[in-house]
Amino acid sequence: MSTRQEREITRSWWLPVACVALALAFLFGAMIGPAGPAWWRVPAELLDHLPFISVDSGATALQSTVLWEIRMPRVVLAGIVGAVLSLAGASFQGVFRNPLVDPYLLGVAAGAGLGATLVFVVGRSTSQSWPVDPLPLAAFLGGLLAVLLTYTVGAGFGAPRNPTTLVLAGVAITSLTTAVQTFLLQKNTDVVRQVYSWILGRLSSATWADVRLVLPYAIVSGGVLLVHRRLLDVLRVGEDEARSLGARVDRIRLTVVIAATLGTSAVVSVSGLIGFVGIVVPHLVRLLAGASYRRLLPLSILTGAAFLIVADIPSRVLSDPAETPIGVVTAFLGAPFFILVLRSRQIEAR
Amino acid sequence: MTSLTFEKVSVKYADSTAVASFSDTVRPGEWLCLIGPNGAGKSSLLRAAAGLVQHDGVILVDGTPIELRSTRRRAALIAHVPQSPSLPDDMSTFEYVLLGRNPFIGYFGRESKHDRSMVHQVLERLCLEELAQRRLGSLSGGERQRVVIARALAQEAPIMLLDEPTSALDIGHQQQALELVDTLRREHGFTVVSAMHDLTLAGLYSDRLALLHHGHCVAAGAAEEVLRAETLSEFYGVAVSVHHEPDGTVVVIPRRTAPLA
Repeated sequence: MSTRQEREITRSWWLPVACVALALAFLFGAMIGPAGPAWWRVPAELLDHLPFISVDSGATALQSTVLWEIRMPRVVLAGIVGAVLSLAGASFQGVFRNPLVDPYLLGVAAGAGLGATLVFVVGRSTSQSWPVDPLPLAAFLGGLLAVLLTYTVGAGFGAPRNPTTLVLAGVAITSLTTAVQTFLLQKNTDVVRQVYSWILGRLSSATWADVRLVLPYAIVSGGVLLVHRRLLDVLRVGEDEARSLGARVDRIRLTVVIAATLGTSAVVSVSGLIGFVGIVVPHLVRLLAGASYRRLLPLSILTGAAFLIVADIPSRVLSDPAETPIGVVTAFLGAPFFILVLRSRQIEAR
Repeated sequence: MTSLTFEKVSVKYADSTAVASFSDTVRPGEWLCLIGPNGAGKSSLLRAAAGLVQHDGVILVDGTPIELRSTRRRAALIAHVPQSPSLPDDMSTFEYVLLGRNPFIGYFGRESKHDRSMVHQVLERLCLEELAQRRLGSLSGGERQRVVIARALAQEAPIMLLDEPTSALDIGHQQQALELVDTLRREHGFTVVSAMHDLTLAGLYSDRLALLHHGHCVAAGAAEEVLRAETLSEFYGVAVSVHHEPDGTVVVIPRRTAPLA
């Protein structure tokens, strides 16, 4: 009995731990960076902004502006991007019952890139005057098309039983999409620079406008995915058994894929391609807090946000004043960790 | 107490017919056992009743076709234990059995206190409480089988479909699992349809047998009517001798076809 209680207690501990980790990541993210106030003035400056609290941080007006208009939007945006990518990764893994997939391996990001390229090619200038920016929508449709194609191809060759087939299908679709994109760019060399700056992302020049652009998508996508966390647990016993337990598998899968793709496409449109987050963070959470999606999804949101905020810090200071792209940092941290995960899974499988 | 009726049920796959026009009525509280060689259509028939494969003909629960019910309602009526259930290694026994409550929880809902206490009762009933927080990956074959039955029991469905529930078990655990199903059937008045390979056990536990061959039902009735040496040799292509114990048990004993050296 004691082991049972201990285990339940340790598991329930992970939520506050993840919250503290996120708060610390947020604080560090706000404190470190070129220009701006001295790091030890930042907590006071943050406190000062809370309602009903007035603290003199001693920072100049300019330093305060650097903190609030340059550093903070970047930290917040990195947090949102990390949260959405991790949540989408965990959801894709659940709905495809495949521990190896993430938004990038399934071709979502490449599809979103193609959708965005199409908008640039057709004419960014004409769409500029439209009431709604078609860019996120095009990215979403491109991403959705890519993931559906990947699934159709993968499922056609036995993906439900063989996780590798789905990943290989994703690789094929990604290559195809990238090829089409390259072809389009060759034909329209005038938009190459715009497209590449879109693909590489603007985390380094993040503004509150970017946050406002991506936040509604993140909230909708996150809300829908969180609602499905119990059903993702039902899906863990497989499609047939889930169905015999009364789950409407096709509807659940479609809803989750659409929601995860929507979130991924939206964050890709502000942050560019950032790999490994969607696969590393959910696996880290699984190792520490167990594989139940009820815990996994909320913890992936918190841990993913903290992870990307922290990963963004070296990209700011490493090669100051030039920026190291954050995708490079996540790959640098993520690739070794991914290998470790594969190794531990192998040991478990034995 | 619920009845299950098959009216001319056929299951067709792309290139073959698995079940051809099967008709039968399983009375409330009855245990029907499907027997027959591999590929005879036993699993397909059970899967059709569980709504997992398309079928022609009609399957009725208490006189109402199952197609007319939603996936969730059907799951509240029919529990299906597949031949090789998938038990995620890193799921706990409690979490797994709790999945059986899914038919009673709305799309946006969560398990209620009733669902959780219900699962605790089921675990207690099957002597699995000790294992509640254990990972499924750490359970033995016999424990796993009981856990799967516990999930079906948590489903509170009056009809239980068991696809070779004992194929992976040793003789002791086979007996234990079947005794358990039979006890629960008598306690709760379940209607049970099972597919089984062991003919002696099939005859011993079920009320009635149906022998399938290439999708056709070729013999049905009580054990002593279906389990005849000539019937079995015709459809299984085996040499057996059939013994009748004084208590009515029919024992099927395989014989060597080549003379012993």
